[in-house]
Amino acid sequence: MSDSHSIAPNTASAETAGPLKTADGKPLKVALARAQARSRRRAFLLVAPLLLFVVITFVVPIFQLLAQSVNDPSFSRAAPNMVEWFAQNPDAEPDEAAYAALVADLVEMKKNRTAADAGTRINYELSGSRSLFTSAARSADRMEAPFMEAMLDKDEKWGDPMLWQVMRGASTGFTINFYLAALDMTRDAEGNIIAAPEDRQIYVKLFIRTFVLSALIMLTTFILGFPVAHLLAVLPMRTSNLLMILVLLPFWTSLLVRTTAWIALLQREGVINSLLVSVGVIGEDGRLSMIYNQAGTVIAMTHILLPFMILPLYSVMRPIPPSYVRAARSLGATSFTAFWRVYFPQTVPGIAAGGLLVFILAVGYYITPALVGGASGQLISNLIAFHMNDSYNWSLASALAALLLFAVLVLYWLYDRMIGIDRMKLG
Amino acid sequence: MKKTLILTTALASMGLAASAQELTVMSWGGAYGVSQVEAYNKPFAAANGVTVNMVDADNPATPIKAMVEAGDYSADVFDIELSDAVRLCDEGLLEVIDHSALPDGVDGVPALDDFVAGSLVSECAVPNIVWSTVYAYDTTKFPNGGPTTAADFFDLDAFPGQRGLRKGAKANLELALMADGVPAAEVYDLLATDEGVARAFAKLDTIKGSVVWWEAGAQPPQLLADGEVVMSTAYNGRIFNAAVGEGKPFQIVWDGQIMDFDMFVIPRGNPDVALAMEYVAFATGSQPLADQAMYISYGPARLSSGPLVGLYQDGKTEMGPHMPTAADNLGNALVNDFEFWADRGTELEEMFNAWLAG
Repeated sequence: MSDSHSIAPNTASAETAGPLKTADGKPLKVALARAQARSRRRAFLLVAPLLLFVVITFVVPIFQLLAQSVNDPSFSRAAPNMVEWFAQNPDAEPDEAAYAALVADLVEMKKNRTAADAGTRINYELSGSRSLFTSAARSADRMEAPFMEAMLDKDEKWGDPMLWQVMRGASTGFTINFYLAALDMTRDAEGNIIAAPEDRQIYVKLFIRTFVLSALIMLTTFILGFPVAHLLAVLPMRTSNLLMILVLLPFWTSLLVRTTAWIALLQREGVINSLLVSVGVIGEDGRLSMIYNQAGTVIAMTHILLPFMILPLYSVMRPIPPSYVRAARSLGATSFTAFWRVYFPQTVPGIAAGGLLVFILAVGYYITPALVGGASGQLISNLIAFHMNDSYNWSLASALAALLLFAVLVLYWLYDRMIGIDRMKLG
Repeated sequence: MKKTLILTTALASMGLAASAQELTVMSWGGAYGVSQVEAYNKPFAAANGVTVNMVDADNPATPIKAMVEAGDYSADVFDIELSDAVRLCDEGLLEVIDHSALPDGVDGVPALDDFVAGSLVSECAVPNIVWSTVYAYDTTKFPNGGPTTAADFFDLDAFPGQRGLRKGAKANLELALMADGVPAAEVYDLLATDEGVARAFAKLDTIKGSVVWWEAGAQPPQLLADGEVVMSTAYNGRIFNAAVGEGKPFQIVWDGQIMDFDMFVIPRGNPDVALAMEYVAFATGSQPLADQAMYISYGPARLSSGPLVGLYQDGKTEMGPHMPTAADNLGNALVNDFEFWADRGTELEEMFNAWLAG
């Protein structure tokens, strides 16, 4: 009883004192929350177009890409009977029923014009299969039981266990085989994962080359960009603005123009070689190969990516008061110590930002290596373009792109662990 | 750059004026593109009161698959290679074109008999020209007589200097085998075997260090003119235009030429398919095909066009001897096997890429 007495006045007093209220009698908390919600909504509406844009043009394609990289339904869609047989006979050797399913599917393929599509899917993993499908489809409706004999009569390649293994793999639509191919691996007739034949191994080598060259380009842009950024930062504003235009000028020029300008400069009969020959540094026969190889890729990409290093460095260096270094010198530091112990550490956020920018841009660069890279300067992006445009093996292209994305994310994570992403400063 | 500008302008203008009475053709650009604008596009536009645009690509077959799958057609008619036409047709990405509905030749021969034998193999494509991959050299680099055979292309001792080759397996493997002494008739049989492929790559190995790789058809004449290479494989028409049209000192070596057809195709589901069909039927008529040969040395795909072919646009050069099909040029010629490349292309291109990177 005493309890209820003691509670009642309390609640009453709480009601009278109540929470703070606005002039029109609403509780302040509610009114505030409402007002904030309104401004949050407004803020969201402002960014909504950008968000929508990013989702449509970036997030959705990335998921499509990831889906494409593990799924190519062109065979499973065209061959429903085979899919069923493979599902019912997980380990069996192909028997008469399997060949009957095959013939039934080939008849359908001819009707729907899907034989080439299905054959191409098998051809990705077993070369020469495409015509096997197209020619068999042409005559499939004239085939008679026993189908196994009829098919093997038509072409003994139909008895190849490797072919059946590949068809089994393709029958589910979903597969990791494209990732295996992207890592220079394949499957044998029993389905075990093995290394691809030596003369077809290329992707791992190109991934490594892409990362090594990107790191090299990051380093050269840093070596070239650091003094320039420093000069821009310490010069009086008027002069440095003028010089800044020189840094930005190439930025405003088309990428293709800059790349072809390098071709004119670096080729065998180009400006630099001719100059060297005319002053006698090299002979007519000793003209240097500076383009259509790795050197060309590194030189042209260093030039093109240089502003991405200079700008973050500059924006970090500009606010560093010159008095710090002067103070260090007056306290007895040598000029090197003053630079290394006092100035340099303050530029690290700019180096981090510039380095990351240049590296990530370089990893995905396509057009410059395609134009000036020759044979040895090709990067993984050129192979992705090849599978998109020439071989139409979009799933392999997607797998390569996904691996590249994954590798970059891993590097980004490592970077965050080692340097800390919050230390990066873009301006 | 200019090309990009034209392309973007064309794309932009297309977006603005998407009327049914507008047709866009995608082709290979350069002198070849000009020949098509003059011989096909202008007369067709004048006769039908429509606008015909031309856009360029390094390989017009490339965007078709994406275009059909996205249902977004930035061009209506495409000029592509035979092997691409066969492959895209097999994959159901092209409209079927009724060959028997094509107009008769001027001499009254029905269309089915008028086209060069072996060119009407795809039900989705109509052939327009015969072209050829040849190699050409800069005559000023060899004052004592230049190379004359496919084998000479691989002879670095007798003919020193950088070589230009297209970055890809197609045509290079064939050339390598012919240079290695394989008769044209046996090239594809041999290439179908592992030994043949190994032999072709081994031959390419002998010059690998001296090769500049090109990708667009306009590059080889440029590489030759810059002195970057002393000889290069190229599409014969490009060399003809540089040599005869611009007076460059280039000489074609016809030995070991690899002939191919270019085809007109229409991507499936194109909303302007009727007009596109009309265009294809018109452009592959006897007279337009013959007119096209006035601007570039590609042979018309119709037999009835042969007698109609006249002089080059300079008014004095006889086109006949410059055609891939001229009797003198056919001594050791190979016809590209589209079936072989549709089948084995992926694997060989992959091996080529691995070889190149190695």
